[in-house]
Amino acid sequence: MNDSTAIEIPFHHRQSAHCETGVLSNLVSHHGLEISEAMVFGIGSGLFFGYFPFVRLNKLPLTAYRIATGGIMSRTTKRLGIRLEWQKFRSPDKAMAALDRMLEAGIPVGCRTGAYWLSYFPPRYRFHFNMHNLVAFGKNNGSYRISDPVFPDPVDCPAEDLAKARFAKGSMAPKGRMYHVARVPAPDQVDLARAVQKGIKEVCRSMLRVPGPFIGAKGIRYLAKKVENWPSKLGDRRAALHLGQIIRMQEEIGTGGGGFRFIYAAFLQEAAPILALPVLSEFSGRMTDIGDRWRDFAVIGSRICKGRASESESYSALADILRDCADREAVLFTDLEDAVR
Amino acid sequence: MKKDEVPQDRGFSDGVREISYAVDENGRYVLVQSRGWEPKTVANDQAWEVIEEDLREQIRLIRSGKRSPLAYHMTRHLMDIGLLSSYADLPRWRVRRHLKPKVFRRLSADLKARYAGIFGITVAQLHEVPETAEINPHE
Repeated sequence: MNDSTAIEIPFHHRQSAHCETGVLSNLVSHHGLEISEAMVFGIGSGLFFGYFPFVRLNKLPLTAYRIATGGIMSRTTKRLGIRLEWQKFRSPDKAMAALDRMLEAGIPVGCRTGAYWLSYFPPRYRFHFNMHNLVAFGKNNGSYRISDPVFPDPVDCPAEDLAKARFAKGSMAPKGRMYHVARVPAPDQVDLARAVQKGIKEVCRSMLRVPGPFIGAKGIRYLAKKVENWPSKLGDRRAALHLGQIIRMQEEIGTGGGGFRFIYAAFLQEAAPILALPVLSEFSGRMTDIGDRWRDFAVIGSRICKGRASESESYSALADILRDCADREAVLFTDLEDAVR
Repeated sequence: MKKDEVPQDRGFSDGVREISYAVDENGRYVLVQSRGWEPKTVANDQAWEVIEEDLREQIRLIRSGKRSPLAYHMTRHLMDIGLLSSYADLPRWRVRRHLKPKVFRRLSADLKARYAGIFGITVAQLHEVPETAEINPHE
């Protein structure tokens, strides 16, 4: 590969809470349709709850506060009439050459990567987690200019590391997947209100009416029941590990705090004038309060993990907080569904 | 969460500040950088403690001749047999065999180089197992 020419596409990097929403917001804005991270999250129906005891992550049950990876991108682009062109590869050499060609053509490129091999990541974030997204927007001296939305500023990543990250193995292996914006409608051609409405309706459906015990407000109650029994069923040590994993899913993976509840509240606030429904601002406030309850869960949960909990800070207290969250979310999404009907 | 309540506690991201969504004095949502939050750090600490425990156990097994050094490097890189086998492009049962000291000793130079390449170390380093299980993630 010829590295003698440095490329840097003028790309406006905006730091975001979450990778998938941040990348899409930055990419689409680059192509002329200014859109916030919260909007992307809301239109893509990102908010979710699921507790899946039979799916294991680090040998512990999976708790999800957002929909499956890629889901936000596919829904948001569809609802806004944006076209992303995706490519995947067998060979790292071909994948990197294809990336270079796009950059030479002046097009910023989104890449799906694993987190483990990205050398610019803080070491304690480097787990085998294959659902990360970033934008490559330049190349210089064997190193790529990367807009990683969860970082404050653009970073540099050596080509070998990026290639390794793009071909990380394991579950949800990215297989060199990359994408670029092929078409963005003109801002006056976008029916934002309709997209927002669709986004809200779908979240209401998944939080209220998915069959089975694992998903939505029901899923939160199901988790509450499990949490209560962990100490007697698993013993203190294992129970604490199960708890720690929930806190990580809720706070560590760039959720903006409170398991994406605050981002969703920001979206509802932004959506109010778009739908001409002032009541959404009030719902936003309620969503914020719910996010605060989730934060309470993390505070008490972490004290239990550290063995520093007071008498009243027990697993059953945690279960009560979860039930409170479930009740409030069930009511909020019912009201929200009525409002946008 | 209010803007002035966004926690600025001990973090684990080497000074990289992350975004929290919070409400300002006019009730508007704003993006605020956070250094860290204690509960979040506690949960991350816990995950690394589990890895270190596992690593300590692997070192013990290697010292007592029950595992090959490959077990150390696999665990150090947070891999299990399944993940390592997909990186090495080998069936699981072969990787499992390579965790036996006897089999590992007779491993071809090619395969050793393949493993070393995955971990980004030399073949000589592949044979080394440190005394302690401490992972210094800030190294």
